[in-house]
This record gives sequence, C-alpha cells and structure tokens, in this order.
Amino acid sequence: MTAVVSLSILGTLLGALLGVAARFLAVKVDPLEAELEALLPGAQCGQCGFAGCRQAATALAEGTAKVTLCPPGGRKTVVALAERLGVSFDTAEVEETAPRIAFIHEDRCIGCTRCIQNCTTDGIVGAPGQMHTVIQDACHGCGKCQEVCPTDCVELRPVQVTLATWHWHKPSPQVHARARSRARVRAAARAARAARAARADARAATPTAAATKVEAGGAQ
Amino acid sequence: MKLFRIRGGVDVEHRKELSSEQAIRVMAPPSRLHVPLQQHAGVSADPVVAPGDRVLKGDLLAQPQGAVSAPIHAPTSGVVLEICERMAPHPSGLSVRSIELEPDGEDRWGACLPPIEDPFTADPAVITARVAEAGVVGLGGAAFPTAVKLGLGARTPIDTLVINGAECEPYLTCDDRLMREQAGEVIDGVRIIAYTLKVRDIRIAIESNKPQALEAMTRAVGAIEADHDGRIVVVAIPTRYPMGSERHLVQLITGHEIPARRLPADVGVAVHNVATARAIRHAVRLGRPLVSRVVTVSGGAVRRPMNLEVPFGTLVSDLLEACDGLAEDPPARLLAGGPMMGQPLPDREVPVIKGIGGVLALSWGEIHDGPSHPCIRCGTCVSVCPCGLVPFEMVQYVRHDRLDDAAALGVRDCVGCGSCAYACPSHIPLAQYFHYAKGRLNAEDRDRRKHELMKRLAEGRTARMEKVARAKREALAKRKAAAAAKKAAEAAKAAEAAKAPAAGDAGAA
Repeated sequence: MTAVVSLSILGTLLGALLGVAARFLAVKVDPLEAELEALLPGAQCGQCGFAGCRQAATALAEGTAKVTLCPPGGRKTVVALAERLGVSFDTAEVEETAPRIAFIHEDRCIGCTRCIQNCTTDGIVGAPGQMHTVIQDACHGCGKCQEVCPTDCVELRPVQVTLATWHWHKPSPQVHARARSRARVRAAARAARAARAARADARAATPTAAATKVEAGGAQ
Repeated sequence: MKLFRIRGGVDVEHRKELSSEQAIRVMAPPSRLHVPLQQHAGVSADPVVAPGDRVLKGDLLAQPQGAVSAPIHAPTSGVVLEICERMAPHPSGLSVRSIELEPDGEDRWGACLPPIEDPFTADPAVITARVAEAGVVGLGGAAFPTAVKLGLGARTPIDTLVINGAECEPYLTCDDRLMREQAGEVIDGVRIIAYTLKVRDIRIAIESNKPQALEAMTRAVGAIEADHDGRIVVVAIPTRYPMGSERHLVQLITGHEIPARRLPADVGVAVHNVATARAIRHAVRLGRPLVSRVVTVSGGAVRRPMNLEVPFGTLVSDLLEACDGLAEDPPARLLAGGPMMGQPLPDREVPVIKGIGGVLALSWGEIHDGPSHPCIRCGTCVSVCPCGLVPFEMVQYVRHDRLDDAAALGVRDCVGCGSCAYACPSHIPLAQYFHYAKGRLNAEDRDRRKHELMKRLAEGRTARMEKVARAKREALAKRKAAAAAKKAAEAAKAAEAAKAPAAGDAGAA
C-alpha cells in the first residue's frame, strides 16, 4: 500500500514537472525546418517558387512541397531531403544536370545592372552603362540573371573539367570486361581465320573457274 | 643503424636491369618543345614572353603566381612560337596552357642567376629565395615547390633530414644512376638543404638492391666528412615496395608515424629526393634554373631502354625515338612514372614535365590483362596494405557508391601505392576504385566549400539589403519627422503671428 501511494505521488509530481517544463522550455522553431534548411543550398535563388530557402524548408516540413523542388541542389539535395523526411521520390523527376555557371556575352551587354540587382550572391560586377561580368567562383548557376537580362546576353555554361578537378571514373564492369571483350575479339579473329582457311581448303578441293583457267594456262 | 618496423608492402619484381647499366646520356633538344605552364603542384605560372621572342637556355618563360607556385625557364635556346593549349601528360587527356618553343640547336645558356659562392655562410633565406627563383620542385613525383618545403624550417623545428634515394618503383633507375654517377653533386645539394633547414642529422636512404649507388654515396660522404660538422649516414633499407613512400620511409628511419593527413614536418622530419638535392646544388652553386631532369625510358616494348637527361617540354614521341623506337607498337601500356603508381599517358604527343621520372612502354607480356573475379575474402590486401587499411571492405562500399562509409574506413588515407591490387589473387582493380573514391570525395568537398561560400554570400547580401532598407526607412522617418516639426513650427509661428497682431490690436485698443 505504502509503495503504491509513494509511487503514484512520485509519478504525479514528475508528470507535473514535465508538463511545466514542456510549457516553459518549449522550442520555438520546428527543429525539422532548421535541419531541412541546412540541407538546401541556401543561396536564396527562389527557383523553387518560394521567396527563399527558409520558406521552402517550412513548406517541406509541412508537407506542402515536393522534395524535388530545388533545381540547383541537384540529385544530392533531393536524396538528402528524401532521406531526412522518410519519403520516396520519383527518380524521373530529378534530372542530373551538370553544374552550370553564368557567362555574360560582353558585346551584347548594355550595362543595365538588372542582373547585378537580382544576383543573390553578389556574383556579378559592373556599373551602370558599363559592361558586366560574372565572378565564376561566386556563381552557382541559378539563372536569375538570365531571366531579367533585356538583351539576352547571359548564357549558362556547363562548368568545364580542369586538370585540378578531374578525377578517375569508377572502374565499370565494362572496363573489367575489356579483357574479356579482347578475348572475344581474338576468338572472333580466330574463327574468321579458321573460316578463311576452311574456304581456302574448300577452294583447293573444288577448283574454281579462275584456278581452272590458270591450270589450263599452265598446261598450254 | 637501427631501422624501425613498418607494416605491409609487397615484394615486386624490380626489373631494373633493363636500364640500370645504361649511363645517363644528355638528350639533344628535339625539333620542338611544348613547355606547360603547370608542371608543379599549386597555381600555374604566368607567361612573361610573347610569340616571336628569342630566348636563351635558362631564361625566364613564366613567373610564379601566388605562394605555392614555381617559375618556368627555357629548357634550351630558341624562338617562342606560340602560347596555346596543348595536351597535358595526364590520364584525362585534357589540355594545359603551354609555350611552344622552336629550339635553334645551339643550346646556349643565357645570363644565369649569380652563383652563391659559399652557400654555408649565406643567409638561409637567400638560399630559399634562390631555390624558388630557379623553379626547383620535388623531383620524386609530387612536384611540390621545394622552396616552400625549405621555408618550413623557419617555422617548425626540424631535427632530421631524410634524403629519399629508395626508388622502390620497378623499372625506374634514374635516381640510381644519378647517385652512382654524380654522388658528389648530390651530397653537396644535401648539405645545402641541411644548412638551410638547420638540421644536423641527415639520413640518406637507399634500397639494398642498389649496391653501387650505396657504395658511391658512402664514398662521397666519406670525402666531405672532414669539413662537415653534422652527421650524414647512408642507410641501406630493405628492398620492399613501397619503401620510397615518404610516410613509410620516415617511419622506417625515425620510428615516428606521421598522423593521417599531416606532413613529415609535423613529426620534425623533412624529406627530399636525391634528384631534388642535385637540382638545388645547380641552382645555388651554378645559378642554373631547373630546365631538365634524368628520365628512365624503359619497358619491354622499348628497343633500347636508357636513362636520359631530358629538357622539359620534350615530347614522349621524341623521347621514344631517341631510344630507337618501340619493338612492340602500340605498346600494351604507355605510362608516366613507374608501373605501380604511374599514370597512363593519353597520347605520345605529350611533354615530359618536372614530375615525370620515367616513361614506360610495357609489352603485353609484362602486364596482367585478365578479367577480375569476385573477392574471395582471403585478406591478402589487408596484410599488404602499408597504411593499415582494409581494402576489400572499402572496395565494397566504393562499388556501391557509399563513399561516406568508405571514408569512415579511411579511404582518404590510402596513398595509392597499389600493393593491394598487385597482391589480389582475384585481380580486382582495387587501386582504381580508391582513386575514383578519393577523386569523388575531393569533388564533394569542393562542392561543399562552394555551397558554404554561396550561403555566406547570400546571407551577406540579405543582411546588407536589410541594412539599406532600414537606413532608408529611418531616413524617411527622420525626414517625415523633420517635415512634421517644421510644419508644427510654422503653424506655431503662424498662430503666434496671428496672436501677436491681435495682441497689438488689443494693445492699440
């Protein structure tokens, strides 16, 4: 009896404490949102249709946006988001686009500064009436500048592989099989040789017209 | 002297006899040279010549850019034809900016840098500056600017200098020949390095399969013993691949294991190659920049394997021509470097650069070209891995692109020696898988860094925009307040004015 009473009292007290703690020490922001925001590129480019990455993360947390919403994030972001939210995604919807960066055709640039004003990462330099240019290291290829350019002088170009960024490809089964394919080629060559030899033998056995002619010539 | 134990490694057929008895021959400059502006680790050099310029041997062609870079000098006298993109001696087959030079055949030295007569009384900083000016880079293969490594002595205390003459890669004999023929010059270079780094303990490590080199170096050390106050020891180290790997050599000799992703300097050791030591001597004593190196041309497909002193920029095709061409054409493999760690060359029209110590043309009989089989989990790769990794487990992760798991097992600590792939009875291309994994992980790191930069830039811009907006709002509010105050003041004045005449009227009344 004493045990039951003491345990119930203890339980009630601790429950009350937890209840109070939950009210006073509540976390204001949904931690999921913050986590999702960290997974997004964070360049606030707005290509997802939301004002920025924070708003996109909110929509994702609420479940009103798809994990495939972020074009510059690419496949990696989609996979990370899907893993965090425990949802599946349609692989067909994610096209693996090569990273691109903007390039300004300077002969067509009129110096309107619209791209500069719209660049979320301060990746374009220039002055009114003077041509602009892209700082390659500060561009992440969101394409906002392309949308606003009145002379269509912005082009998104795929990032070039250089000696510093190149790396070995994965040894694919095909590469493994190269030796096998070479063996196959050799086998085919052998077969062809055998076939040629067989044909020659056949020719020798039944002399063709030409051979007969030569023989005939030799006889004359 | 006591040597410490290191783990793993494989006994390879060294096949050095193909070229080890061929004395070093100086190759005459061929009819054209493609001198790449990037021959070293770090930032590429910036050309200071223009097409049409006449240059003499040793003249500056391109100057370094940034802290980790090296200048490029003219390998011979001639005319600069063009500065353009040319294929790099790199497995990717990508191009690199190069200076095309047409030699005039005279091979005349220009006005060199002033020789430093007595380097042992000069300021170490002067020597370091000279080494940088002469474009000397590590000739062991990594091509890291040597001056940067010499400058380390001023920052971190270094107590041991290890000179790497191990040359553990099969086929290669360039360092062996250099030590046999020019031991005196090498030792002089070693003493200059030791003086610059203020190191008194010097160990010259040579694999025991090079008895003549060991003897020549020991004799050369004996000759200078009298006027050297430090300790120089020539150490015969066991013949076992990869003994020449910097990390393993340091552990073998000093017993200190270099922590993962750290440098020998972190355990108080500096490692330099024997060919680098000779290049340093030439830069300091003769004022000659690094314009050529000894290259071993070998392999079963080469008619006459040789050790040649080759001007940089010489095309591999010209190099093979100097060795009477190929007996087996095309060869099974054309490699830059040794057969274990060397990289395939994409073409023969690529130049020899500072980091290339060997060009190998291997015949079909010398390589394994069979298919790979499934792993039988025999554990051979684990026992031969000199880094203490578990290759068979890592490769499973890499195969399924689970690179983070592979990284957790330490794939980044792989030095790429290829011992595992060499020993694998199933012929699994383990080393290739790890090359791929390391490349991908590096690319992901780069992406992450860019991602962070983008985030920082975007946040910075947002903050700035908010500040501007706030300032505008405040200015507007201030203006409004000022306008309101003015209005009120005017209204008050008007009221006063209205009141005053009224008062005056009242007074008058």
